Amino acid sequence: MADETSTSSAPSTSRPEGSGPGGSGPGGRPGGRPGGPGGAGRKFFRRKKVCKFCVEKIDAIHYRDVRLLQQFVAERGKIVPRRLTGVCTTHQRGLARAIKQARNIALLPFAARY
Amino acid sequence: MQRTYEVMFIVRPDILDEDLDKLIAGLEANITQGGGSIKSTEKLGRRKLAYTVKKFNDGNYVLLTVLADGSLVGEIERRLRVSEPVIKFISVRMDEEEKRVAKIKAIRATRKKLSAQPAAAPVEPGPAAEVASA
Repeated sequence: MADETSTSSAPSTSRPEGSGPGGSGPGGRPGGRPGGPGGAGRKFFRRKKVCKFCVEKIDAIHYRDVRLLQQFVAERGKIVPRRLTGVCTTHQRGLARAIKQARNIALLPFAARY
Repeated sequence: MQRTYEVMFIVRPDILDEDLDKLIAGLEANITQGGGSIKSTEKLGRRKLAYTVKKFNDGNYVLLTVLADGSLVGEIERRLRVSEPVIKFISVRMDEEEKRVAKIKAIRATRKKLSAQPAAAPVEPGPAAEVASA
């Protein structure tokens, strides 16, 4: 789960920098990180996210390997979006399918309790 | 049209071992009689369920890998639905996925050969040179 905290912190740095269309995002953040958007010297080194499945050459994402799927499911049982995990489009599609199949056979929860 | 399917089902946890074996044997007999064949049968054992199913919090998982027609799979599903100890099941078609994986593996194998060739190339000129001199 330490993995997830590091990934979730990454987009918060990326959003103000991208000067994206989401006006509310940058608006809420500058208080915490004033040097982020404008400053040339970036304090936070952001590692390039890579697709786990491409790197480790996992071809088949199978609904049976719960260990693997669990890395891409949030605490409450939600599928973690690609922008947080760095999984490529093709694999995210297969991953989502596998997670849904696993949910159906009670290997993964639809919604975790409390 | 015979295709590969995976049928996974959960049997209620309070079932006796021999009853479970009988259930599986019965299913296997059904499949073979219906014109299909069984590739493998796997008892994955008792596992905690991610959520409550029919008031059970754990169950015996069984996995069948079957080569069968679509209609036969429908028949298996019907049987699973009516058999009382089975609390949940899923059947997934695997052949297309297997084909896709095989294709990727084949592509990867050819790539490996290409990368291996430059390493092998320096070795080859040796014998070739000998042949030329001879």
